[in-house]
Amino acid sequence: MAELSKNVKISTQSVNLYYGSYHALKDITFDIYDRAITAIIGPSGCGKSTLLRIFNRMNDLIPHVRIEGEILLDNLAIYGNNLEASPLRKKVGMVFQRPNVFPMSIFDNIVIGPKHHGIKDKHALAGIVEHSLNQVALWDEVKDNLKKPGLSLTPGQQQRLCIARALAVEPEVILMDESCSALDPGSTMKIEDLMLELAQKYAIIIVTHNMEQALRVSDMAAFIMIGEDKVGTLVEYAPTTKMFSYPQDQRTEDYITGRFG
Amino acid sequence: MNNFKEKLAGRIFLVLAFSSISALALITVFILIQGAPIMTKVGLFKFVFGMEWAPSQEKFGIFPMLVGSVSVTLGAALLGVPIGICCSIFLAEFAPATVRNIFRPAIQLLAGIPSVVYGFWGLIFIIPVIRDYLGGPGLSILAGSIILAIMILPTIISISEVSILALPRQYKEGALALGMNQWQAIWSVMLPAAKSGIVAAVILGIGRAIGETMAVIMILGNAVALPESILDPVRTLTTNIGIEMGYAAGEHRQALFATGIVLFIIIMIINASAQYITRKK
Repeated sequence: MAELSKNVKISTQSVNLYYGSYHALKDITFDIYDRAITAIIGPSGCGKSTLLRIFNRMNDLIPHVRIEGEILLDNLAIYGNNLEASPLRKKVGMVFQRPNVFPMSIFDNIVIGPKHHGIKDKHALAGIVEHSLNQVALWDEVKDNLKKPGLSLTPGQQQRLCIARALAVEPEVILMDESCSALDPGSTMKIEDLMLELAQKYAIIIVTHNMEQALRVSDMAAFIMIGEDKVGTLVEYAPTTKMFSYPQDQRTEDYITGRFG
Repeated sequence: MNNFKEKLAGRIFLVLAFSSISALALITVFILIQGAPIMTKVGLFKFVFGMEWAPSQEKFGIFPMLVGSVSVTLGAALLGVPIGICCSIFLAEFAPATVRNIFRPAIQLLAGIPSVVYGFWGLIFIIPVIRDYLGGPGLSILAGSIILAIMILPTIISISEVSILALPRQYKEGALALGMNQWQAIWSVMLPAAKSGIVAAVILGIGRAIGETMAVIMILGNAVALPESILDPVRTLTTNIGIEMGYAAGEHRQALFATGIVLFIIIMIINASAQYITRKK
């Protein structure tokens, strides 16, 4: 793991999130660095995915969600009266828990994003397809079958296709919501290698249940758990190696040593 | 003992299921026996493509009726399909729960209105409007198309809506995560993904339109002639049977059954293609 750049990409300041009257996340404050992997860890149901989905406003889809506090991407607020979610989501890409390849060809899966953002030129699109698939090390496996349905690939390949699809719209941040949990160990390893590779260029935020994975890939770790008031809080945020060797909070230590969760 | 009960129940269900299939078989055999002789006598080609229908002079050509059925159905599809699909998208994706809770039962109610009521409503409401504003007798392809378009809406809306709602949520989220807006996500990811269901909905709607009889008897004018415009009256295959069966005898009666065979084959083709499309993934 390289030295942290310490360039703040996303700044989260006193964020509270409510589903209707249910308080889900309380007073979350931390900075996410560029060109690094930040892992959000914590027990099931503590709000890890909810926190992740704040960064690309995916929570907007859920009715009655209310978010307080400030989230800044490159020092610009991402929530606000006149701000639309779509331009933000172009900058902050997302890879989901299960591969969600669209029921269309491999080629179309990649170009659908760029096409919507105004790229019409066929050569440019073909170039994007090759470049994106190369970035996820899938090009050599599928270059002769670009017209084949994306769903005909193996789950591991599908997940890499989904990453390529996210990269094709040239994001700056990539969110990965337990993106390996539905994959076999071999595919998981490939995707982890890919994360490390992509962290040279992008800010990556992952949610993971897998402590070993957090330790293997992430630079920073944010430990979230439900406090005594039943609300998810950020217990500890530190460089991953530091958190795993010298946890500052008793609850962090209990969790990462497997005493609960 | 329990085993015996279960077997008995199985048998009873088998018999009941078989009775519905045998009804289909009986009807098929019956109309084939009744209609086939006149078809062979006149000649299949002359029967289907013959221009003249004059039973008293032993002229049995159903082509004008075929054109009538196809034109009215096509008109109904042109009007009903876009409205139906848009309505299903609205219900599945945009409508707030309160609106949806009013729309859904209302659309089901639309399917429950007897076709004679549709016909009557068309006769007193649509036909005068067409006659006064567009000319012609009012009884016309256009009137039939409008009524049939309304009648096939419930089929198209409910089946399309179900196929959109059945899509995994991940498709929509994936599309939005790429920076598409909601409409783009629907248009370029969700509709293509729900395509087979929507096509099946359209085909089933068309099947319903081509088989409809009562409503169209009242509003099509029933003239046996090739229409020259959508304001001309036509007769469909179904209305031909409905109007003349009451007094037909002999070969005339057989020719009406033969009309039924043609209709039956068209509807079978339509339903089979709907099944083929839904099964193919």
